[in-house]
Amino acid sequence: MAFKAKMQIEDGTATIRLEGELDGRSAPELNDLVVKAAEQHVDRLVLLLEELTYMSSAGIRCLVFAHQKMPEDAEIILVGTRLDVAETIRLTGFDRSIVMRETLEA
Amino acid sequence: MTAHQAIERIDAYPTRRIAGFPVRAGRPLPFGATPVPGGVNFSVYSNNATGMTLVLYRAGEPEPMAELPFPDSFVIGGVYAMTVYDLDAEGIEYGYRAEGPFDPERGHRFDPTVVVADPYARLMSDARTGPRRSRVALDDFDWEDDRPLRLPHEDLVVYELHARGFTRDPSSGVTAPGTYAGLVEKIPYLRELGVNCVELLPVFEFDENDNPRAHPVTGEPLANYWGYNTVGYFAPKASYASTGRFGMQADEFKNLVKQLHRAGIEVILDVVFNHTAEGNEYGPTISFKGLDNATYYMLTPDGHYYNFSGTGNTLNCNNPVVRGFVLDCLRYWASEFHIDGFRFDLAAILGRGPDGALLANPPLLETLAYDPVLRDCKLIAEAWDAAGLYQVGSFPNYCRWSEWNGRYRDTVRRFVKGDTGVTGDLATRMVGSPDMYAQRGTSATVNFVLCHDGFTLNDLVSYNGKHNEANGEDNRDGDNNNQSWNCGVEGPTDDPEILALRARQMRNVFMILLASQGVPMILAGDEVGRTQQGNNNAYCHDSSLTWFDWSLVERNADLLRFVRRAIAFRQAHPVLRRGPASEVSWHGVRAWTADWSEHCRLIAGMFGTGAGDSVYVAANAHWEGHLLELPEPPQGTAWHLFADTAAPPPFDAHEPGAEPVLPDQTHVEVGPRAVVVLVAHSQADQRDNGKEE
Repeated sequence: MAFKAKMQIEDGTATIRLEGELDGRSAPELNDLVVKAAEQHVDRLVLLLEELTYMSSAGIRCLVFAHQKMPEDAEIILVGTRLDVAETIRLTGFDRSIVMRETLEA
Repeated sequence: MTAHQAIERIDAYPTRRIAGFPVRAGRPLPFGATPVPGGVNFSVYSNNATGMTLVLYRAGEPEPMAELPFPDSFVIGGVYAMTVYDLDAEGIEYGYRAEGPFDPERGHRFDPTVVVADPYARLMSDARTGPRRSRVALDDFDWEDDRPLRLPHEDLVVYELHARGFTRDPSSGVTAPGTYAGLVEKIPYLRELGVNCVELLPVFEFDENDNPRAHPVTGEPLANYWGYNTVGYFAPKASYASTGRFGMQADEFKNLVKQLHRAGIEVILDVVFNHTAEGNEYGPTISFKGLDNATYYMLTPDGHYYNFSGTGNTLNCNNPVVRGFVLDCLRYWASEFHIDGFRFDLAAILGRGPDGALLANPPLLETLAYDPVLRDCKLIAEAWDAAGLYQVGSFPNYCRWSEWNGRYRDTVRRFVKGDTGVTGDLATRMVGSPDMYAQRGTSATVNFVLCHDGFTLNDLVSYNGKHNEANGEDNRDGDNNNQSWNCGVEGPTDDPEILALRARQMRNVFMILLASQGVPMILAGDEVGRTQQGNNNAYCHDSSLTWFDWSLVERNADLLRFVRRAIAFRQAHPVLRRGPASEVSWHGVRAWTADWSEHCRLIAGMFGTGAGDSVYVAANAHWEGHLLELPEPPQGTAWHLFADTAAPPPFDAHEPGAEPVLPDQTHVEVGPRAVVVLVAHSQADQRDNGKEE
């Protein structure tokens, strides 16, 4: 399934909706969006992952990249992370800098 | 193009296509597979190959997706280097076919039908999910501000553990048992215990299934559990990572190091450079053998393998090429994984030349001692090898290398079981073995009584002989010289007197170890009385026989509390760590009069005779108690009782800083087979809980 990433920025929050497969080939596209969000000095980055069918380690690396790119006090929130991905994020220690939620409203 | 965009570099473009892939001549350094803009740079060397082919696979696929022969113009010296573009670095695996002569008598064993692994592979795939192959690693881990801790060497309390076995047992209760991530969950336990350094049994990629033997009773294949059989020197073991299927074992391992550092705990790796997993002429061709056999291995004049390691081959460490490989490897782990130190398995081999002869000034040991990247790393030698070379006390040290002190181990074991004629030697061992390390301070000796190789502490006091039948070698394997004593019954018993004596003997060993100058090393699980049922060579068991049984934390809470307090006591008293030996005075039944005679089984030392820190340690291996006349404590202080291993728990050791004052300041009773430890405090310190008046 083709990868799609769309970003909206309003009120200091960048929201990126992801669809399809996030792997080594599609990761740079997400990284570009993260760079754009960082340039806008947003204080929150929200990644909507419910429609992501697959995420490789390259995808997880995008999150590290985001953590490094965003200002230190910026929040990074993942919404709808699949169980195995959430587990991988936790086991590699990335969960200390990233908030995971089931829904955006939670 | 906007103003701030750099002009694209022309060296990031392919110049031709091979096997359908855009490529260009690569960079010879660094060796291995390195992500570069737009592609991956592959560099491999062989001084005797006549041709080389890069073999690419999609991850997990049995057949290659492409084979790319290196054109002559991509070869500099003996180095084959090619940058391949349009590769998903995380989705591929790779290897090499090396062409060259198959001429074993001259040392060459090239076989292009075999795809060999890259010796510099920074990742290897998990062999449980497919073939074990080289993979490309990314180095974008977020270390934040972590760096190696640089704790003073003499202040370490080392804890030797198996990265899988520590949490593999279901009793561990961790989310991912048997993994680096599982170990992270147990850091609070390590902190509470008080150790400040973990020494991990081998975590470089190895083949756990290379043991040809089967369990004599169950018939199940035996494993290579310890892992002293390296396949990939740059690759953290994939099956120890819960995220191995994502290829994130390096990240998971780095996170383990980062979290241990956060907890103030250093990480030392047990490394095996004396031999590889390729065995002798009958062993498998994995990498070195097929790339440059004559360079990597010590060979006899007719091309057979020297076997100083007892495993079939011996790595030719003082060949300049191999020396470079070892240095590259250690630099990589020190810089990329923030490792604090290394313990070298059978390190005496590292001092042998290509023909096996002992070198006066071994270049490898010297190189490692003076290397700038490794400057702050602890370097610890197991200063013997399997061919009988024993260099404890004489290992070429360059004032940098410490040693596992085998003499310390044997002396403490003999003393504790009641041998005569040991007290003088014990006194020497307890002050940092100045007969061997006089010029080097207390950090030169790693003091240990137990390690992975041999009995556990519980078994040392429960078995007279080894019980290795389960290893499938008719109990012929393993050391016969254990210096152990079973306290009257071989193996398990419900006799309360024997159980009490064993518990006391375990406390005696811990107390002597933790009150000795030098760096103490504890075998994981000994603090809770872990047993291997008398097996002193459990290398082949990946089972509850070798795993840490976490139910013992509750069941042996008394011993655990004792060890915690003894570690805390050591950390509170620099005189037990720093030396010099001249600051220790020796005593016996009479103060200032030690009995060094052959039949005596009692020794008492006062550490710190000056006005400051002062600790008195009396060790009695006699089966009768003795009343000891005490030396006077430093002026203005009184003796307080920290530990008496003959006292019932919890009175066998007190909280450091809250020790009760000794009612009789002139004498102390040391029970049969017991250790007593006193500490000098001013009365005011005690009354006010350490607050100044």
